[in-house]
Amino acid sequence: MDLPLPVLLSTGHLYAVTGAALVGLGLYAFITLRHPLRQLLAVNVVGAGIFLILGGLGRGPDATDPFPQALVITGIVVAVALTAFGAAMIVRQAQTRAAAKPAADDNENPAP
Amino acid sequence: MSPLDLLMAAPLGFMAAALMLGPSGRWLILLAAPLMAGLALWLALLPPDAAYLVGQWDLPLGILLRADGVARLMILATALVIGAVGLHALAEPPEKPGHAAQAETFWPLVYLMWAGANAGFLTTDLFNLYVTLEMVSLAAVALAAMGSLAAALRYFMIALLGSLAYLLGVALTVARYDTVDVILLAQVAEADLATLLALGLMTAGLLIKAALFPMHGWLPPAHAAAPAPASALLSAIAVKLGFVILVRLWFEAFAAVTGPAALHVLGGLGAAAVIYGSIQAMRQDRLKPLVAYSTVAQVGYLFLAFPLVAGTVEPSGAWAGMTLHGVAHMLAKAAMFLAAGLMLKAVAGDRIADLGGLAQAMPLTVTAFGLAAVSLMGLPPSGGFTAKFLLLSAAIEQGAFLYAGVLVIGGLLAAVYLFRALSACFAPLAGAGPDTASRGPVTGGVQAVAPLALAGLAIVMGFAGTALVDVSAIEAPWATPTVIQPEAAP
Repeated sequence: MDLPLPVLLSTGHLYAVTGAALVGLGLYAFITLRHPLRQLLAVNVVGAGIFLILGGLGRGPDATDPFPQALVITGIVVAVALTAFGAAMIVRQAQTRAAAKPAADDNENPAP
Repeated sequence: MSPLDLLMAAPLGFMAAALMLGPSGRWLILLAAPLMAGLALWLALLPPDAAYLVGQWDLPLGILLRADGVARLMILATALVIGAVGLHALAEPPEKPGHAAQAETFWPLVYLMWAGANAGFLTTDLFNLYVTLEMVSLAAVALAAMGSLAAALRYFMIALLGSLAYLLGVALTVARYDTVDVILLAQVAEADLATLLALGLMTAGLLIKAALFPMHGWLPPAHAAAPAPASALLSAIAVKLGFVILVRLWFEAFAAVTGPAALHVLGGLGAAAVIYGSIQAMRQDRLKPLVAYSTVAQVGYLFLAFPLVAGTVEPSGAWAGMTLHGVAHMLAKAAMFLAAGLMLKAVAGDRIADLGGLAQAMPLTVTAFGLAAVSLMGLPPSGGFTAKFLLLSAAIEQGAFLYAGVLVIGGLLAAVYLFRALSACFAPLAGAGPDTASRGPVTGGVQAVAPLALAGLAIVMGFAGTALVDVSAIEAPWATPTVIQPEAAP
């Protein structure tokens, strides 16, 4: 690969390569980390990588294709909504667990 | 307006209305069920080339909605299933004790899933399919969370990963072909590295959503823990959308790219799913996990059909078998989950051994369970039988005796696990006493009629065989293009 940096930049390949790296990083984190919040963040890294690939590949040598850009916007909206939903579920799970613990203690303490 | 966009817009309107109305939003189903069933019926009777460009944008950019045979049958079945499940849930609010708010959140989710599923069955745009996939997943995860938050969170994470794999495949398709429309892709697709990578990624993502065998792990806990109406929707509808998108990809957009080896991989996974899911179902001693593992097995048949459809020049039989199996499974599995929910509520337990005496106490519900079981096993006359018969004859015709064997063994295994549950219902009541009192009052009403109606429809499908086969062939990718067709017999 003897592509000089300007060529990489102008055809948008740098974005795609960076995006691929982000996808790999996010996937690795998703597999190795167990906490749901970390997994959610890892999935967002994967998503960011995909959006970078999608947006970057629309960039040609002289003109930019608006079609992938439009898809990226939609994709980001979907990703934001899903992240909020996932975060809400994780918070709810933490609250349920926190609420269950004192309740369990209370059940043990008073005499039956 | 046409029924094609009304089928998407109406459920979204009902969703907004249900959110605004709050507790009284549940009554909307009385309007939504007949309206959507009517729209779905209208769609089924449209002329064969019915299609609609959203906002009149032309194809490379616009989104085409197209009523092909698969879409017509799936949307009609969806309307019947959600209508019946909704009426059931109206009489029997899906809530855990102490979670009264749950019954309220159930309704907007139902309508969201309805809109997403209808849009997904109709659209031919791969990116729009991604959005509908997310709509259905969002509703499905939230419905699963009504039962077990932990199972729903696991489902959410794995579904999110599946969506992203699908999205990456779509991104590669955009980069390679500059279009995401299935019909346009079918004209230009070539078997190069970018295309194969894109198809592989999209397929992997969708297999997670469809819960095919090695990717099924999230399904049984999520489907078994949810309240019965939610389980019914998850097993009947959420899983089917992934399957329909795979059909669009493998037989339409990339039909020129997919080779027999790849098709046999899907078929082999399907066969493995039939065997594995059935054996797991036999090993369960609680009723709802049994029904959930039965879904894993039944999804296997859908993919077992892939090589059978591709393996012949006249695939109408195998194609109809595949489509009708999906429809029959939707009706029968929704009926079975609703019936199982009523049965478990009546005995206040969740084990198969607890079901003794139910055949006398709630004959309607046990009948519904039995009729659904007949269709799932593929006994005649039923939709399940018609579908399995079509698949079996296609397999024998092509000399694919391995698939034929799996079809036969799968039916036998289904009989083993489903008769185990049924025979428990007919067993004499083990312990008299406090249990006996609770086994009386829940026999009538809409909640018992809904599963019976769905199971009855699954049986009636067996009598409507050829008509349904004709509908499934409308605009099918292997059929002659409509341009050449002289006319369509009404």
